[in-house]
Amino acid sequence: MPEISYRDAVTRGIAQEMTRDPDVVFLGEDVAKPGGCFKATVGLYEQFGGVRVRDTPISEQAILGAAMGAAMTGLKPIAEIMFSDFIAVCFDYIANEFPKARYMSNGQTKCPLVVRTANGAGSRFGAQHSQSVENWCMMIPGLKVVAPSSPVDVVGLMAAAVRDPDPVIFFEHKSLYNMKGEVPDGEILDTLGTAKILRQGKDCTIVALALMVGRALEAAERLRIDHNIDCEVIDVRSLVPLDTKTILASVAKTHRLFTVEENPRLCGWGAEIVSIVADEGFYDLDGPPVRITTPHIPLPAADIMEDVVLPTPQRIMDTIRRSLGG
Amino acid sequence: MATANDRKPVPAGSGLNDDIGEDKRLALYRSQVRLRDSEQRAFDLFLQNLVKGTSHLSLGQEAIAAGFAEAMVKGDLSFCTYRGHAHTLARGVPVEKVLGELMQKDNGLMRGKGGSMHLTSEEHGVMGSYAIIGAHLPIACGAAWRAQIRGDKDVSVCFFGDGTTNIGAFHEAVNFAAVWKLPVIFVCENNLYMEYTPIKDVIPIPQPAADRASAYGLERILIDGNDADIVYRTAQKAFAKARAGEGPSLIECLTYRHSGHSRADPAKYRPEGELEEWKKHDPVKLYRERLKQFGVKDDVIAEIDASVRKEVDDATEACKAAPNPPLDIISTDVYADGGWAWRN
Repeated sequence: MPEISYRDAVTRGIAQEMTRDPDVVFLGEDVAKPGGCFKATVGLYEQFGGVRVRDTPISEQAILGAAMGAAMTGLKPIAEIMFSDFIAVCFDYIANEFPKARYMSNGQTKCPLVVRTANGAGSRFGAQHSQSVENWCMMIPGLKVVAPSSPVDVVGLMAAAVRDPDPVIFFEHKSLYNMKGEVPDGEILDTLGTAKILRQGKDCTIVALALMVGRALEAAERLRIDHNIDCEVIDVRSLVPLDTKTILASVAKTHRLFTVEENPRLCGWGAEIVSIVADEGFYDLDGPPVRITTPHIPLPAADIMEDVVLPTPQRIMDTIRRSLGG
Repeated sequence: MATANDRKPVPAGSGLNDDIGEDKRLALYRSQVRLRDSEQRAFDLFLQNLVKGTSHLSLGQEAIAAGFAEAMVKGDLSFCTYRGHAHTLARGVPVEKVLGELMQKDNGLMRGKGGSMHLTSEEHGVMGSYAIIGAHLPIACGAAWRAQIRGDKDVSVCFFGDGTTNIGAFHEAVNFAAVWKLPVIFVCENNLYMEYTPIKDVIPIPQPAADRASAYGLERILIDGNDADIVYRTAQKAFAKARAGEGPSLIECLTYRHSGHSRADPAKYRPEGELEEWKKHDPVKLYRERLKQFGVKDDVIAEIDASVRKEVDDATEACKAAPNPPLDIISTDVYADGGWAWRN
């Protein structure tokens, strides 16, 4: 099977949908002629032309507002916010406009759009260009939120997001852009709201997202080799809708739950999952659910500091081993 | 500052059938009376504790809503603010639907799920009323962008107050529309007060919108917003420009709200006599006099007044009799599948 990078998978996913549906348009800062700040949209302008692929001013409110107006009146826009941290300057659209228009209008207003944005740490950009902010969006009724961890998921979930009739916030992880993975030829369409079990296990369940998925898998492998601990690893992929069935079924089998979250600790997505498992899977648990997160601090820029604060395979491994008493 | 005093008098001998014409003039009058009576009724119902939540009336600003709506054709899109009752009604939405929403009854436009600040009727081209200052200017740009891409001839019109010109989204949107030459019309209703504070106290220039136009390469347009004829003619020009692919317009309409910012505001911050002075230039009164100048007979005017009053009275009774919305719609239409499920 051919291998492509996570970066090229973004282009592939958008191109697949723009080819399929002439109503799909794409706008953002430096996304057209320059091909994107992260070079994740190279060639789209050449392939689809300047009417459908457009560079905007540095105006995040205008970008998201325009995407919404276009979506309300029949297009299927994909809008890029260059760094997810910048969601804060156009949060009105994410928090107040996209997700509430349908409800407030009693179902009249439609808002089928995708906001894709580069999320997460690893580039040593410091506290305003490295955050994991998926939880900012997860808390808002009316939004859908996805964060793929592999090239094939990028293509399939992008297609699902574009075809979805609701507003979807699509978090790409900037430290995964260089990652390569197998992506089959032909059209790929995934399903929002489905988690993926990437590794079967019987001793504990590790739930992870985006960059943390690879680290969870690495920790699981070392736990098996070094400590004979058999971990099940779930990639959540979609925070809203949330595939609680897959998570609860896994905990019913392994009896222990660990979440691995890049976001700072308070109100991270793992807290919601732990809460659901505590409510609905309490008697399946043999021990307390444990959250492995970035501490509740702004991210430092320096590599040696950033490396310490993000959950690492070593920290995941140590936490699980101690917790399981191995 | 231009006021009603600066208005040109109707030239002697100019018939009713000038560029605006009799039918349109009567429609402009009917619309303004309808907005006036509906808003006045909303205020009366509030005093009876029958309008719940908040409400922001357009009393005194009717000429702007009527003038633009009468210049629109089917398919043109209105984007309103929380002060959106008048713009919604002016597109032909029944009074009952609007009062019903204000009274939070099941017969309301959105069955009580949106409330006074979010009136929406897409079938009438009312693409929502937005309660976050400035939010809808970029949204109107997006609708206009769709028209541009598809070659549709509709124009998006975005109404907002003077205070909006100080928020970032205003500047982002006007720049964006000008650079992309979008078929959108930005209409600033300058009623002199951002909320309680006079707009002149918070801008370094005399006119909040008109004096910003040049920054975006747009014509400076400042008009008397209490004269429906002037509003209508200005709107027509802007529509023609937008439909010809020549880009956006930014129009500042001078006006004055007769009531406070919202229902909770007695507007005591206004200098003594200011309201009375502006009431001499009341748009409804002015237009009634204009019709008479043109020779429209009193009974024609009285018939319009009576039929509007009947619509508002009938709507009021229908709303009073309407049931409350059923509680089972609380969790509908959060997502496009009609429900609210965020998990399996």
